[in-house]
Amino acid sequence: MTTATLPLDVAGASSPPDYLRAESGAWSWLNTRDHKRIAVMFLGAVNLSLLLGGVFALLLRLELLTPERTIMSAGAYNRVFTLHGIVMVFMFMIPAIPTVFGNFLLPLMLGAKDVAFPRLNLASFYVYLLGSALTLWSMVAGGADMGWTFYAPYSTTSPAAVAPVGLGVFVLGLSSIMTGLNFIVTVHTLRARHLLWHKMPLFVWSIYATSIIQVLATPVLGMSLLLVAVDRVFQLGIFDPTLGGDPVLFQHLFWFYSHPAVYIMVLPAMGVISEVVCTFAHRPPASYRAIAYSSLGIAFVGFLTWGHHMFVAGISVLDSGLFGVLSMFVAIFSAIKVFTWTATLRGGSIFFSTPMLYFFWFLFLFIFGGMTGVAVATSSLDVHWHDTYFVVAHFHFIMVGSTLTAYLAALHYWFPKLFGRCYSERWGMVSSILVFTGFFFTFMPQFLLGNAGMPRRYYSYPEQYQWLNVLSTGGASILAAGLISTAVYLAVALARGARAPQNPWSSRSYEWLSAAPPPTHNFLGQPDFERGPYDYHLPEPPPALAQPSPGE
Amino acid sequence: MARGHPNDARLNEPADHFATLAQQEQASHLGMWLFLTSEVLLFGALFGLYTGYRLEYAADFAQAVQHNNIAIGTINTALLVTSSFSAAWAVHSARLGSRRGVVTSLAVTLLLGLGFLVLKLVEYLEHFQAGIYPGALYHSTELPSHGANLFFTLYFFLTGLHALHVVAGLSALAVLAVLGWLGRHTPERHTSLELGVLYWHLVDVIWIFVWPLMYLQK
Repeated sequence: MTTATLPLDVAGASSPPDYLRAESGAWSWLNTRDHKRIAVMFLGAVNLSLLLGGVFALLLRLELLTPERTIMSAGAYNRVFTLHGIVMVFMFMIPAIPTVFGNFLLPLMLGAKDVAFPRLNLASFYVYLLGSALTLWSMVAGGADMGWTFYAPYSTTSPAAVAPVGLGVFVLGLSSIMTGLNFIVTVHTLRARHLLWHKMPLFVWSIYATSIIQVLATPVLGMSLLLVAVDRVFQLGIFDPTLGGDPVLFQHLFWFYSHPAVYIMVLPAMGVISEVVCTFAHRPPASYRAIAYSSLGIAFVGFLTWGHHMFVAGISVLDSGLFGVLSMFVAIFSAIKVFTWTATLRGGSIFFSTPMLYFFWFLFLFIFGGMTGVAVATSSLDVHWHDTYFVVAHFHFIMVGSTLTAYLAALHYWFPKLFGRCYSERWGMVSSILVFTGFFFTFMPQFLLGNAGMPRRYYSYPEQYQWLNVLSTGGASILAAGLISTAVYLAVALARGARAPQNPWSSRSYEWLSAAPPPTHNFLGQPDFERGPYDYHLPEPPPALAQPSPGE
Repeated sequence: MARGHPNDARLNEPADHFATLAQQEQASHLGMWLFLTSEVLLFGALFGLYTGYRLEYAADFAQAVQHNNIAIGTINTALLVTSSFSAAWAVHSARLGSRRGVVTSLAVTLLLGLGFLVLKLVEYLEHFQAGIYPGALYHSTELPSHGANLFFTLYFFLTGLHALHVVAGLSALAVLAVLGWLGRHTPERHTSLELGVLYWHLVDVIWIFVWPLMYLQK
């Protein structure tokens, strides 16, 4: 039924330059409406955030090397772990995959020239910068020490600079809503002819589900943090028990957003993984609908699980039970995904490369993190583990492990698409192994520490916990080495890498139908959207006729 | 290389990255509805907070509600509902191609909206005279309870935020009125007017929920 229609009317026409070279000068970047350029600017920004959050993490691990004070005071420790959490959650993990890869790929995967609202897209970048600046300004203004959860009444009474962080995260949320809104409208209105919903690449489904959560949940968080910030300035006392306020209500509002936010981080990761596994197993997904609908299932159930953060905050036994059971539903949808991915491998012709390696790390961290998630959703067990390193290890596995490995998988998988360059596969593999080993040894000891009763958020600890802490700090150093080496060889590839072919992994997905890197309007002529994105039984589509003129 | 500048689009031509004008208008409408949805959730957080505290302080809340001036609250409701009607009339006039109809309807809407703000201000001043302020500044002798204090903190926050939305909506409608006077809302294309009016309806709808919560509940 599919006829490979070639791009029309371009043979013989001189090829337009790719999006990187279409215009030059700083202003052409700062004032661009091109979703690809905006994606590249976001790539730079979120990588800086990752670096910053990583430096904070290393400082924390350094402090925890010895039982007593190592390099900083208790007050400084509180400020560093607060900023580590806030920078990593709101400035890296939530925006990372949607703003970089979502922005770059969504229009390509839909056959569109751009997202629906290009100016809003650019605005979301500047709003992101503004929010980040406000957040980091708190460092200069004396630091914030309430943790990334802003729990009242501590956050409304602490002498530290909480208000700028509250406002900063509010503004970052605004950027997040703008991105989500743009993507939903893009998916609804800008699909190419013949591209029905069930022919969209799975990455689009997961970004779509993420965007729904962004639009619906972020305003509630924004309002909660606005209340905290206004409270500090005008002494509203809305969560202050001395004025009759109820701090537990703050927790309800906060987690109503912040639990779904976990899925804002992990759903795009799942989308990346779905693409990677199909391409490198060279097979269609074992069940397209199972993967697509379970994303929507997670997005829906994710709104009904926030109470599991509050098992020891005074909610009733009935509520605890209900929230515990509802939380376990997430595990069902996640398991559907895991089984579908592994079933996709069966009978495939698997091709090993750096993105595929990250897929396996993802699978391990996601399964292990997910299983411990079911464990902490059991309220009787959670009473023991609550506020210990077990919880820290759990959410780093599921939230950071999954998001970071998928982010790195995406970065390697689509690097040739973004920049038209090849990186060193050997360095990629070695660094990937370093990243996983480092991650494993950072957080596996923390499960054991938490189970042995070590509480979180303290800068000192009894001596019996030291050897596991040393192990964890050692792991963090390996993780840092892996990430630094990744940054180095990718920078080298950017400057001196060999030119990448248009479709280096022989993928069937639509984004590879355009040149690498794509021209400003993405496609020359009308690409063939009658074929599906996972049609591995069909021959590879021919490369776009008009490759951009080789740059140098 | 030409790029998609939506503001460059001449009146009846779609922006670069849209195939047809209909497609672009569909996108604009969907975007507006999504924005309104997120606004609803923004206020939803405050309504949720109100519900939580009302369950905790039922008697105090009932007393505090009775202290509010039901006449002003109800007149303001009438003003906003009428203004929604006149705003809708502006869209209707644009469809008929009546420039004068657009401008007059929007002018009426603006006047009604300003009336709402003036009455709101009168009400705030009444509260301040009775020692009713948000948060720690609260020193009403008539209603000294914690519950009443929380009620009025929420009252000021909710109605204050709503008033900001009224101001934003009025500003947008004022710009649209000027555009209407310049004849920019044609029967074929008046999306910006439709979207502005849609926003104004949301401001109205939110008030429809604030009114019973703050003035009518017993």
